[in-house]
Amino acid sequence: MYNKSFYNEILIDHNMNPIHKHDIENAVCKLDGVNPSCGDSLTLMLNIEDNIIKNGSFTGVGCAVSQASADIMLDLIIGKTVDEAKEITELFMKMIQGTATEEEIEQLEEAGALRDISHMPARVKCAVLSWRTLSEVLTKQLK
Amino acid sequence: MTNNNSFDAHREDFPIFSDLKDAYLDNAATSHKPYSVIEAEQTFYERYNSNPLRGFYPLSLEATNQVELARDKVRGFINAKSTKEIIFTKNATESINTAAFSFCTGNLKRGDKIVVAVTEHHSNMLPWRSAAKLIGADIEYLKCNNEGEFTAEEINRCIDERTKVVAVGIVSNVTGRTAPIDLIVQRAHQAGAVVFADGAQSVPHMKTDVQALDVDFLAFSGHKMLAAMGVGVLYGKEEILDKMPPFLTGGEMIDSVTLDEVTYAQLPSKFEAGTLNAAGIVSLGTAIDYYNSLDIEKIRQRELLLTKRAFEGLSAIPNVHIIGSSDHTDHAGILSFTVDGVHPHDVSEILSSDGICIRAGHHCAQPLLAHLGVYACSRASLMFYNTENEIDKFISSVSTIRQRMGYKDV
Repeated sequence: MYNKSFYNEILIDHNMNPIHKHDIENAVCKLDGVNPSCGDSLTLMLNIEDNIIKNGSFTGVGCAVSQASADIMLDLIIGKTVDEAKEITELFMKMIQGTATEEEIEQLEEAGALRDISHMPARVKCAVLSWRTLSEVLTKQLK
Repeated sequence: MTNNNSFDAHREDFPIFSDLKDAYLDNAATSHKPYSVIEAEQTFYERYNSNPLRGFYPLSLEATNQVELARDKVRGFINAKSTKEIIFTKNATESINTAAFSFCTGNLKRGDKIVVAVTEHHSNMLPWRSAAKLIGADIEYLKCNNEGEFTAEEINRCIDERTKVVAVGIVSNVTGRTAPIDLIVQRAHQAGAVVFADGAQSVPHMKTDVQALDVDFLAFSGHKMLAAMGVGVLYGKEEILDKMPPFLTGGEMIDSVTLDEVTYAQLPSKFEAGTLNAAGIVSLGTAIDYYNSLDIEKIRQRELLLTKRAFEGLSAIPNVHIIGSSDHTDHAGILSFTVDGVHPHDVSEILSSDGICIRAGHHCAQPLLAHLGVYACSRASLMFYNTENEIDKFISSVSTIRQRMGYKDV
């Protein structure tokens, strides 16, 4: 009926019904990320104990790509160790750059729904906003 | 009935349409170029290439002649009195910066006021803010209502005896609404202020007569009116330009230079430092020939008809909101809109997957969107070479967006 767009069910569902879009009171780590090309912004909140991401959430305004990407990211990293989260982030960035293998994309589970972004340069910044913010928290805020 | 559809034949004048199957509805960003314009630019380099205004040999004189012919075509197109009033720049932004810094440093003092319309593109706002900061002048914003309209009360309130400059776009690049330039000019001149009009979105789409408008300055870009990128125009009244100091200094804008003294050249050279984009200027002259062959009045009527079709189509879609006036005749080819619950980037992405090119985001007018309480929006902007089929394709695509983004609308 319609031309095929890359908005698949996974992406649409995470955008319409995000699980992790809310505030966390007393979040240990909190960082704002801004996409300078459109002004969209996101606040990432994480509670990390004993090197494990116990809980996480995000708030902000953005397109479906940035919102779904943030929600999927939190699904993937909650319960993981900081090092595991860093590895997942690296894999995601590889997928967006179009250099990840099929096996690597499989490891990204639902985040694989964003693989087509590697052919959409205009949307890369939307997809990586939350991941870039996460990476900054994990590498700079945690010493 | 006018022969509205006869315009469809003019699509063949544009080489891009032989390849591009997408509906291009981003004309407020830049227009396409007809064969004649592209050929004129190439011919300049093939036959006349040399540095205009400098050499005494025939080739340079011919290059100069080509530039001056184009200058006279621009003069005629906006009905300026003299070619001394037509200054070539690289784009409308440079035209505005030239006027803002040169006029303000030469004429304003601390405590004077510059009025800028809140509807302005950043390019007709930031230069005035920078100039004001440099001088210690104040900025006040002329506010529009939710329909994008400037009321007489607001014009009278905002422009007062302290005001020295009023900067306003003739047509807003977001709402598409035409400002009441006559009221603004009358009030500004009464207060002793000059009016700087940004014509980037108006000159390509409607008849412009600077003498009838009585604006003191007008800026516009060639690339939005069928010409090559890299050429802008600054019009200014001769008596005002004459007293202004140069903005950029350097080559070909002087009469004489010694180690201690400099005498600047006469108009318009005083404001044209350095080598001009001569081929681009020639292409602008050819674009004006093309406009004249079609008749800008007929172009306007055609664009208003296309606007009406798009406006009525968008208005009929539930959960879609057009920004600005509820009267389609106020939109002059520009329709900005929002879709409830769908971010403009997603709107643009879906339209793109259906082969429709529109603009999404803040349109370089963040203060206006904040004033209207809109976070960001999508914009379709039309040109006479667009077709009714393209409009229909656009409307039908917009009507599917919410469903495709997961909403269960009936």
